[in-house]
Amino acid sequence: MSVANIEVSETPLVLYALRRADDALILGHRLSEWCGHAPMLEEDMALSNIALDLIGQARELYSYAAKAEGKDNDEDKLAYLRDVRQYRNLLLVEQPNGDFAQTLVRQFFYSAFADLYWRAMMNSRDTTLAAIAAKSEKESAYHLRHASEWLIRLGDGTDESHARAQAAIDQLWAFTGEMFAVDDGERALIHAGIAIDPGTLRGRWLQTLSDVASEATLVLPQNDWMQQGGRVGRHSEHLGHLLSELQSMQRTFPGLTW
Amino acid sequence: MVSVLDRDSELRRRAWDAAASVVDPEIPVLTIADLGVLREVALDGDHVEVAITPTYSGCPAMNMIALEIEVALERAGFRRSKVRTVLSPAWTTDWMSEEGRHKLRAYGIAPPQASSSRRALFGEQAVACPQCGSENTEVLSEFGSTSCKALWRCKSCREPFDYFKCH
Repeated sequence: MSVANIEVSETPLVLYALRRADDALILGHRLSEWCGHAPMLEEDMALSNIALDLIGQARELYSYAAKAEGKDNDEDKLAYLRDVRQYRNLLLVEQPNGDFAQTLVRQFFYSAFADLYWRAMMNSRDTTLAAIAAKSEKESAYHLRHASEWLIRLGDGTDESHARAQAAIDQLWAFTGEMFAVDDGERALIHAGIAIDPGTLRGRWLQTLSDVASEATLVLPQNDWMQQGGRVGRHSEHLGHLLSELQSMQRTFPGLTW
Repeated sequence: MVSVLDRDSELRRRAWDAAASVVDPEIPVLTIADLGVLREVALDGDHVEVAITPTYSGCPAMNMIALEIEVALERAGFRRSKVRTVLSPAWTTDWMSEEGRHKLRAYGIAPPQASSSRRALFGEQAVACPQCGSENTEVLSEFGSTSCKALWRCKSCREPFDYFKCH
């Protein structure tokens, strides 16, 4: 038997933290799926380490969201007892691992954004968000460096690795627009100095992408049609499968602790 | 005659020493004081409140360290203690003590370079081999056996080694 979903009072601030927490948790979970399966031992450790950083960031953001909500939800309930439609992550991070190139391109798109985003959020007027940002900023810099180096190696590698890296870029491109979208609630938080306007990061994000892509002999798509929906709970079919695995223990044995 | 103030500062010192003796479970030659993870020890009557800061957001050693602090305080006679985690200011390898850096090197781990900066995160680094001291080294993997370490190899003595990353 399954356990009922919790309800979350999504004030703009709670929703804001929840969206970023969900990004970090879902991407961290995706990377953890590589544990024991990566192409080499060093990469197995790298992807697991990055997963650990992201899940750590998610915990801090969930705890913050729970506190901001002020009900009896906590980090575990927020992670384990919300269903697909209640998840607020970017569509990008829930995309399946695919081959190694797809995993790295997904990571590259996200980390290039996260690195700029967290650095800007260090100036948030909210001291907890600023503190989370100060930690996450350093971690994201490592993640970005790791993904960039791999992308150059794959793109400028063999015909096979080049073709796969280019295919991954083309396939995931349409999920990048969502990172820069804001709604009315977020606009108010930006105005209050709590959040930052992601639109102001887009130029630098594109610059990072094109610098790395040109060194990797890869081409960024010109296509600017973007898929959205994750931020309001409209997800691809992949998220449900991911959550059924991530949540199975708490859904089966409610409240179980190690 | 011992004044109340003296007794309090003596107690506080004992509490600090007890908490500071806890070692990192992954790098047992370093205490949490060497690492800069121990931020504050406050005394309120017989209640001790210890503040620690995580090295990396997801560092799994933090729960273990918090538990070890409570045990160490209990052994030192402090029955009531609480460990809280502070995130700000964010931990940096610059807080690692000189003694900690020496201990790391002696243990076979190359210590983090003096000043962490975004340049250190992105730029080229020359890391000396903790075995033979040569700077003719190369990075094997940005990510090592724990969140805080990278895997390097010495091209002079051919030994692989852990490098405590600049952060």
